[in-house]
Amino acid sequence: MPESTDERPAGLLARLAAMPNDSVGKMLLVTIVLSLVCSVLVSSAAVLLKPMQIRNVELARKERILEVAGLMEPGRSIEELFQGVQVRLVELDSGRFSDAFDVATFDQQIAARNPATSRALPPWEDIAGIRRRADYAPVFLVEADGRVDTIVLPVHGYGLWSTMFGFLALSGDGREVRGLTFYQHAETPGLGGEIENPRWLDRWPGRRVFGPDGEVRLQVVRGSVDPASEWAEWSVDGLSGATLTADGVSNMVQFWLGEQGFGPFLANLREGGA
Amino acid sequence: MSSARKILFEPVIDRNPITLQILGVCSALAVTTQMIPALIMGLALTFVIAASSAAISAIRNHMPGSIRIIIQMTIIASLVILVDQFLKAFAYDISRQLSVFVGLIITNCIVLGRAEAFASSNPVGPSVLDGIGHGLGYALVLLVVAFFRELFGSGKLFGIEILPLATEGGWYVPNGLMLLAPSAFFIIGLMIWAIRSWKPAQVEKTEYRIHVVHRTEAL
Repeated sequence: MPESTDERPAGLLARLAAMPNDSVGKMLLVTIVLSLVCSVLVSSAAVLLKPMQIRNVELARKERILEVAGLMEPGRSIEELFQGVQVRLVELDSGRFSDAFDVATFDQQIAARNPATSRALPPWEDIAGIRRRADYAPVFLVEADGRVDTIVLPVHGYGLWSTMFGFLALSGDGREVRGLTFYQHAETPGLGGEIENPRWLDRWPGRRVFGPDGEVRLQVVRGSVDPASEWAEWSVDGLSGATLTADGVSNMVQFWLGEQGFGPFLANLREGGA
Repeated sequence: MSSARKILFEPVIDRNPITLQILGVCSALAVTTQMIPALIMGLALTFVIAASSAAISAIRNHMPGSIRIIIQMTIIASLVILVDQFLKAFAYDISRQLSVFVGLIITNCIVLGRAEAFASSNPVGPSVLDGIGHGLGYALVLLVVAFFRELFGSGKLFGIEILPLATEGGWYVPNGLMLLAPSAFFIIGLMIWAIRSWKPAQVEKTEYRIHVVHRTEAL
């Protein structure tokens, strides 16, 4: 204590501050005060900035949808361009459009956690490693000359470390890939993270989706695609050093284009409408 | 040089955290493929060191010695979360590029190093200057490394095309190695060499001498 002993520190605060630093009381006091101050700071920042962060995530998502559908135009705002995209909700099992929820506020991830709006996938069906699948999913349709020209489907599946979220764009009849993009994942930067590499994503457009019997053939192979192979039209080069991530992507597209995913919806579209 | 200026500018080159103290190299490899993320990372780290040094220095007389590292880490971690939240709200694209590395500022040895070595035993003013100085030293190295990596790896600076790429009709064939982490190792190594040739005082004395044992001596 710097003051002389007969001069009693006046307030409670001064008395607490004057405790020896290594006493148990002071230690608890410092810890509690510090934790309170830090938690108030952190949580108020998180709460106050949340609306802006959500807006950013939403804008980034729309940007990805526009990109993968090939609609991005420099100089025009994302909101403006997104006007040209029709957002509809699809009931996955029947493959029909549905109005069960407002598609603007429907969140597939939240729905997938709610037992009333989702289904647990048995292991043999769950090739994408997502455990539960929501009964509904949004789809993004771009029309040209009065008919659907591009379909953008939200897809997600487990890679090596994380669930990868992305969009897969198909031609209007659902037979050909127009593009693939990822907007969220936590794969190893430089290895699995290469799923975001535009050069790799450029290998997707033009790949065929379904085989002659209507089965999903689109896949990521290990190594490079052999152009002579009879599956070459359905295959995409793998990622070196990221076999498990690439397998995850392969399983993800197989799942979402298959019977448990958008398969019924795409079949309906081909037959003349959902 | 006045002492305040010395505290502020000494860490920029003379006591640079990366090239002299060899701290914070991990993030220097990761965020330096482009100038803009490197700049933002440098600013974020400067802010975190300055603010954590200020906070730690302010409570230095009430810090129980036995839990001081925990206290320092709590302060640093809170500040890093603040920075991360702000980046997500105001610079979303950059926060996506920096991804986990903003969070990893918590474990950046430079921050805890300054807290422990300087802020916990010096008044607030000099501690803040010391923090800013070290942040600037870190940012400077990041920017130099990013300059070479972005220029030779993708022909751009701050995203603006400088060397037209051969793939887009220009003449420059980019050096792919520059986009990978090892190139940052090489550049940092060359920088350390250059700085130590310029300022030989930074060269460390060897801690050992190779003792030549003659064949007959070993017998």
